[in-house]
Amino acid sequence: MRVVLAEDLALLRDGLVRLLEAHGFEIAAAVDNGPELLKALIEQRPDVAVVDVRLPPTFTDEGLQAALEARRRVPGLPVLVLSQYVEQLYARELLADGSGGVGYLLKDRVFDTAQFVDAVHRVAAGGTAMDPEVIAKLLTRTEQRHEPLGQLTERERDVLKLMAEGRSNAAIAKQLFVSEGAVSKHTTSIFGKLAITASDDDNRRVMAVLAYLGA
Amino acid sequence: MSASGVARRIRVGWVDAWRGLWLVAPMTVGLVLFVLTVVFLPLMVLGIGVLLVPVFVAATRALADTARRRAEKNGVPIARPYRPEPKYARGIVGQVQRCRTLLGDPATWRDLVWLPAEFVIGMVLGILALGFIAEGVFGLLQPWLWKPITNAGDSGWYTFVKVDSDSRAWLAALVGVAYIVIGFWIAPKMLKVHAKWSHTLLAPTRKAEMELRVRHLTETRTDAVDASAAELRRIERDLHDGAQARLVAMGMNLGAAEQLMDSNPDAARALLSETREASAKALNELRDLVRGIHPPVLADRGLGDAVRTIALENPLEVEVTVAIPGRLEAPVESAAYFAVTEVLTNATKHAGASRVWIDLRHRAGRLRIEVVDDGRGGADFAKGTGLRGIERRLGTFDGTIALDSPKGGPTTVTMELPCELSSPKISPS
Repeated sequence: MRVVLAEDLALLRDGLVRLLEAHGFEIAAAVDNGPELLKALIEQRPDVAVVDVRLPPTFTDEGLQAALEARRRVPGLPVLVLSQYVEQLYARELLADGSGGVGYLLKDRVFDTAQFVDAVHRVAAGGTAMDPEVIAKLLTRTEQRHEPLGQLTERERDVLKLMAEGRSNAAIAKQLFVSEGAVSKHTTSIFGKLAITASDDDNRRVMAVLAYLGA
Repeated sequence: MSASGVARRIRVGWVDAWRGLWLVAPMTVGLVLFVLTVVFLPLMVLGIGVLLVPVFVAATRALADTARRRAEKNGVPIARPYRPEPKYARGIVGQVQRCRTLLGDPATWRDLVWLPAEFVIGMVLGILALGFIAEGVFGLLQPWLWKPITNAGDSGWYTFVKVDSDSRAWLAALVGVAYIVIGFWIAPKMLKVHAKWSHTLLAPTRKAEMELRVRHLTETRTDAVDASAAELRRIERDLHDGAQARLVAMGMNLGAAEQLMDSNPDAARALLSETREASAKALNELRDLVRGIHPPVLADRGLGDAVRTIALENPLEVEVTVAIPGRLEAPVESAAYFAVTEVLTNATKHAGASRVWIDLRHRAGRLRIEVVDDGRGGADFAKGTGLRGIERRLGTFDGTIALDSPKGGPTTVTMELPCELSSPKISPS
């Protein structure tokens, strides 16, 4: 699986390269600034891109802008964005085109190698990987705003959170130590209570949840 | 000019002519005030002046303020030139202090000159238009009036026309029409001229302007220094109690893990995973701290998107409209951002609002921010320190904040900041 990597701190870039190579990824290009990233994404057409939000030359949201631009030109190009901060606004912009294959994680999620690699795979497969921070913020806000979430049981909320992060039923089952059948029972119940039309496609599922949460 | 245009000109002329007269009306009071002040000033030695002069000065200032407001309405804004008054002691001592302050203010003396000057010059400027119209009407009536006037033994001259026959009286009427036209035509102009005349004596002198400015700058600079010192203390405390303490603990844990590595690998592993959690917590704390100093979206995208972000994260229904073509100067941007945050917090916590509208726009070198909520209203500058805090924060940039919050709502907070726009800045983070 071919990866384009964009990270301006050399130390972190080398670390990521090592980590990804150790897990069987092939690094097609590792760049340290916005313009080169855009060029690499368009020319290399990688299976997935791992991108730092803040890059030279402006040190603002150069990486995000490049990723969004590349996805405009190559619809559905899988991009996993890493950042020191997660911002609702940026999560929204990444999800806006509705074509999936996006991830948005805090940089320190890289510490948990297994989960991080899983997220990269998920994004590459056209799914989503949203940082729990983004989901947590969305949930609190939705709870403050209207009632329906209150109808969910504690367990259903846990499932909803993981579902919004982009996990499959199998992964949710593993995380919560329950059977896959139990998870799918919960999801059906959640979809019913929130009046979301269920679908088999993992990514559509996330979109539905996020749309409901107002992202 | 079209018929309706002419009609409009006539209407404006007529109204303005009377407004001119209205400008003059208070000046009789002004003349009385002048006489009273001049009479009682020497009597200050006897004590009675000390009691009365401040009253006259206050009345004069009120009169001058009326004139300033009217001048502003006629297109010439005039700033108040008076020095701010300190807190006086009680009783007669305070009264003497008050007199000293008032008489030490050059603006008091300029007002005193203005009173009689306005009575003469202002009077002429004010009633000139109406005078022309009145004289014109008199001319217009000549065909009917000239006989009784001549019979009464008057000379019978109307301007340059000797009115001694019907035909000449009609000529006079024609001149009268010209007068009326002139009257209507100059009426709006005379208002403007009067306003400019008012400006010469009522506006602050260059020196007074500078004094006011220096005073304002001194105050706002003190505020700014205090605020940034408090901010630094807060950051220092947060770092000391948070990230720094956690790093120390992590170092100790790592040391312990190193020692246990061989003897008790399980315990070492537990310590390491604890340390990893601590590092995540430290990162979180640093993140929150940075967010409090300068939010990332503000740095990345500027005020518009930063406000959109806080709107997204707010539990209320917040609608944001932005018309800022470019980036604001960084300090202004930051001050405006925190001001909006504070106002939004007020609306969320205290106003019981369910919807908020935020409008940001930059026009003619000014950033204007309007925040409207549908809460219960009744917000008050005197209550709570939040709004005062914003006022001080914005004051550093010569910004202003205005509050309109009737009981029952809605509440409107309007903030204005003078600032220039630039294209997005490129700077290392």
